[in-house]
Amino acid sequence: MQTRFLGYRRENGRVGVRNHVIILPLDDLSNAACEAVANNIKGTMALPHAYGRLQFGADLELYFRTLIGTGSNPNVAAVVVIGIEPQWTNVVVEGIAKTGKPVAGFAIEQNGDLNTICDASRKAKEFMHMASEQQRVECDISELWVSTKCGESDTTSGIATNPTVGNAYDKLYEKNATLLFGETTELTGGEHLVLERCINDEVRKQFQFFFDRYADVVDRNKTSDLSDSQPTKGNIEGGLTTIEEKALGNIQKIGRKPPVVGCLDKAETPTGPGLWFMDSSSAAAEMVTLCAASGFVVHFFPTGQGNIVGNPILPVIKLCSNPRTLRTMNEHFDVDVSGLLSRKINLEEAGDSLLEMMVRTASGRLTAAELLRHDEYIITRLYESA
Amino acid sequence: MDIHFLVHEEGDGVGVAVVEGLTAGQEVSGWIMKEDKPITAKTITDIPIGHKIALKDFEKGDSVFKYSTDIGKVVAPIKKGEHVHVHNLKTKRW
Repeated sequence: MQTRFLGYRRENGRVGVRNHVIILPLDDLSNAACEAVANNIKGTMALPHAYGRLQFGADLELYFRTLIGTGSNPNVAAVVVIGIEPQWTNVVVEGIAKTGKPVAGFAIEQNGDLNTICDASRKAKEFMHMASEQQRVECDISELWVSTKCGESDTTSGIATNPTVGNAYDKLYEKNATLLFGETTELTGGEHLVLERCINDEVRKQFQFFFDRYADVVDRNKTSDLSDSQPTKGNIEGGLTTIEEKALGNIQKIGRKPPVVGCLDKAETPTGPGLWFMDSSSAAAEMVTLCAASGFVVHFFPTGQGNIVGNPILPVIKLCSNPRTLRTMNEHFDVDVSGLLSRKINLEEAGDSLLEMMVRTASGRLTAAELLRHDEYIITRLYESA
Repeated sequence: MDIHFLVHEEGDGVGVAVVEGLTAGQEVSGWIMKEDKPITAKTITDIPIGHKIALKDFEKGDSVFKYSTDIGKVVAPIKKGEHVHVHNLKTKRW
C-alpha cells in the first residue's frame, strides 16, 4: 500500500489535495457577482447556492458553519467572499481567516454589482497568481481526511461496493487517518451495530442522541411509512426492499476495525484521527457538502444504480460493482469492483484498488465527477427562514 | 462455475441475483459469502439483477433475515424460488 502522496500543505498544517481559489456568495443575491468574478479570472470557481437571507437560530449557526467550513477546507487555497451587506460577510471572512489562508470580503450595498465585481476580480486575480505558484509536497496518508456516503444503492452495494470502502477504511484506520460516515436515517435497522462500535458510553450516548433527534424529524413530518422516498425509487429498482435492508448494506462502509471515536453535529470538525460519525441527511449532495464543510479532502462514494453526485471542492471517487450500471453509464466511475460479484477478485484486492485510486486522486488525478463538472454545492437547512 | 446469486450468511432467507436475465424455472448456482460455501436454488419467477430470491417458503407475518438480521415483515405468502420485493415484504420501521 502506497502511503505517500503529493498534496498542498496549508498555513494551519492541514493537507489539501486540490488548490482551488473559490468565490463564495454569502447569500442568494450575491451569486451573480460571484459568477461574474469567476468568469473574469481564469482558474477561480464560484459556488452559487440558494440561501443566506433571514435565517436564524440553529439553522443560521449551521449555515455559517457550512460556509466557513467550506472556505476553511484545505482543498481551498484562498477565498473571495461576496455578500449583499458587510456584517454577515465579515462573519464568514473572519471565520475562514482563522485558518491563516488568504481571504477577502466584498459587500454589494453602496457599491452595486459592477464596482463589487471589479474590486473582487482584482483580489481574485491576486489570489490566483499566488495559488498558481504553490507546489505540491510529499505528505503521508495519515494526514488525509477521508469521508464516505453511498447513493442510489442497490443490493450490490451491500454485497461488494460498500464492503470495499469498509476494507479501505480498515486499512486507513491502521495508518491513523481521519475518517467519517453519517447518513443518520439510513442507519435505521442497523443502529444497534453502530452503537456496538462506539468506543465508550459517552460516544454511544452522543450517537443515540443524534439518531433519536433525526427519527423525531421523520416522525413529526411523515405522511406514510416513507416507502415512497426511503428506500428511493432507484434503490427499489436495484432490488432493495426496506430501510432495514438498505441500512445493513450502508453500514458495511465502516469496515470491521475502527471504533467510532466521536459524534459530530452537521458540519462540525473532528478533533483527532479515527472514525467519526456526523449527523447528516442521506441526500447525496447535502451530505457530501457537509463533509466538505467538516474539513474532509477526499470522498469515497459507492453506488449501485448510479448516483452521479460531485462537489466543487471535495473530489468524489465513485465506485460501483453492478455490471448493468457499469455498462450503461461507465463515464461516471473511477473504480470498478464488479469482479467481487463474479469472484474474480477478493475484498482485500478491491480495497487496495480503491486505496490506489485514492492516492492517485490525492496527488492530482481528476475524478470522473470533477471532469463531468458535477459541482453540486447544496446547503442543508433545518427549517424555514424568518 | 458461474455464480448466479450471492447469500450474505448461512441461514439468511434470501439470496441476491448478481447476473442479468434470470428467468423462471432456472437451476441457479449461488455462493454463501461469510461461510464460503456453495448453494443451489431453482427460480419459480424471473429475478432481475440485484433482486432477491427466496431460499425458503414464508407465511404472511414472518420476518425475513439477511446479513443474519431482520430486514422486514412478509405481507404476502412467498414460495421458495420466488422474487422477494416490495410486493411481498415491508419495513417494520416508521
